[in-house]
Amino acid sequence: MDFLRPASWEEALAAKAEHPTAVPIAGGTDVMVEINFDHRRPEYLLDLNRVGDLYEWEVGEESVRLGASVPYTKIMDNLRAELPGLALASHTVASPQIRNRGGVGGNLGTASPAGDAHPALLAAGAEVEVASAARGTRLIPIDDFYTGVKRNALQPDELIRAVHIKKADGPQQYSKVGTRNAMVIAVCAFGLALHPETRTVRTGIGSAAPTPVRAKAAEEFLNAALEEGGFWDNGKIITPSVAKQFADLCSAACNPIDDVRGTASYRRHAVGVMARRTLTWTWESYRGTRRASEGAA
Amino acid sequence: MRVNFTVNGRPQEADDVWEGESLLYVLRERLGLPGSKNACEQGECGSCTVRLDGVPVCSCLVAAGQVEGRDVVTVEGLADYAKQRAEHGGCASGACGTSLDEAQQWQAKGTDSQTGEGTELSPIQQAFIDAGAVQCGFCTPGLLVAADEMLERNPNPTDADIREALSGNLCRCTGYEKIMDAVRLAAARQGEAV
Repeated sequence: MDFLRPASWEEALAAKAEHPTAVPIAGGTDVMVEINFDHRRPEYLLDLNRVGDLYEWEVGEESVRLGASVPYTKIMDNLRAELPGLALASHTVASPQIRNRGGVGGNLGTASPAGDAHPALLAAGAEVEVASAARGTRLIPIDDFYTGVKRNALQPDELIRAVHIKKADGPQQYSKVGTRNAMVIAVCAFGLALHPETRTVRTGIGSAAPTPVRAKAAEEFLNAALEEGGFWDNGKIITPSVAKQFADLCSAACNPIDDVRGTASYRRHAVGVMARRTLTWTWESYRGTRRASEGAA
Repeated sequence: MRVNFTVNGRPQEADDVWEGESLLYVLRERLGLPGSKNACEQGECGSCTVRLDGVPVCSCLVAAGQVEGRDVVTVEGLADYAKQRAEHGGCASGACGTSLDEAQQWQAKGTDSQTGEGTELSPIQQAFIDAGAVQCGFCTPGLLVAADEMLERNPNPTDADIREALSGNLCRCTGYEKIMDAVRLAAARQGEAV
């Protein structure tokens, strides 16, 4: 095994171009487990800890450009207002020790269907910024990023530089089912974001299909139901039948398996429950901010 | 490969390090510092918790090569680390720290109720002894490092803060109640000292 230690992003891309089989390691919270257990013996480890750019984030007009290695702890501490869904998701990641090391770039690189960040990214709307020495930078929409179980749209010579995540324009929520609060891989997870500016709702489902997925039929149903009932304007409580239909459609978007963490039917059920709950939480929050702004006016 | 890094305030050099080796392995097997415990090797248990540039991490998940030029504090250096922090707000001079020799020989002397007497302990270590928070002791080093870091950051933790800070450290003996007592005790003593 060779340990490659690029000191800059350019050097990292050059190393990845020269050794496409090199396994990038940043927080190490996935890669080192595989090495410790002899599940993986990469020819090259490509250490990204020295690439300072990856640890920075920029808050722009529309979106946050989050460096691939920014640890979850920093997201929780610094980006809760801009990225509330991702901040909540970050808080459910493992333990403080892991959150101090791991970041979203690694979650995307591993592309496990159970990765905690995915539902939040899908719900908020995001693009993954990847680069190669040969072809430069490209942005991959999050909806096209996950291509299979632990597979993503990266080419062998590419590295993840950052994620561009849309800043929240409304309430966001995140929910995760596990046997305890800390140190659990999700049985399943659900992210929901209200986008009042476009009057749309986006979802993200984790650990209930071969890849993280959106419940697109459920989103379309809810978008239409909210529009039809004038809910965005009148701020009424969401009709229970609408919430139930939304939850059922979210369950239907799952394509889960039975495994040690849970059964397929439990996952389908739990995703429906989380969909209904997160819809209620976010909608109540939306109604609250509406009332507050009306009161002020 | 060779790895140069700072351990407990002193520069150290580890040789013949395999590229896939963890920081934990380097500490235990190359530097002879077995305080950080090897249990799950997958970041689930927190027994191997050390400070890496001040931040608590699972040393089993840090590749040895990643610590080149960086600063590690292990449980063996915790007493001195806490002392420097209390007296000088940290080690600025570079003259402090715990030598490898001292660290290798470190032990909480006495194997009865007098354990810890005559040895210089950090406040959190003393509190663990006084509160009876140590049973088999395997999880203790990781808990000490994690708890000490929390008290540095948050001198007046709520119970929820303590549970959160220690949520990555598993203990199979105590049921955690005595550990909670110990951290509360250390926080209270820290408050009195100020």
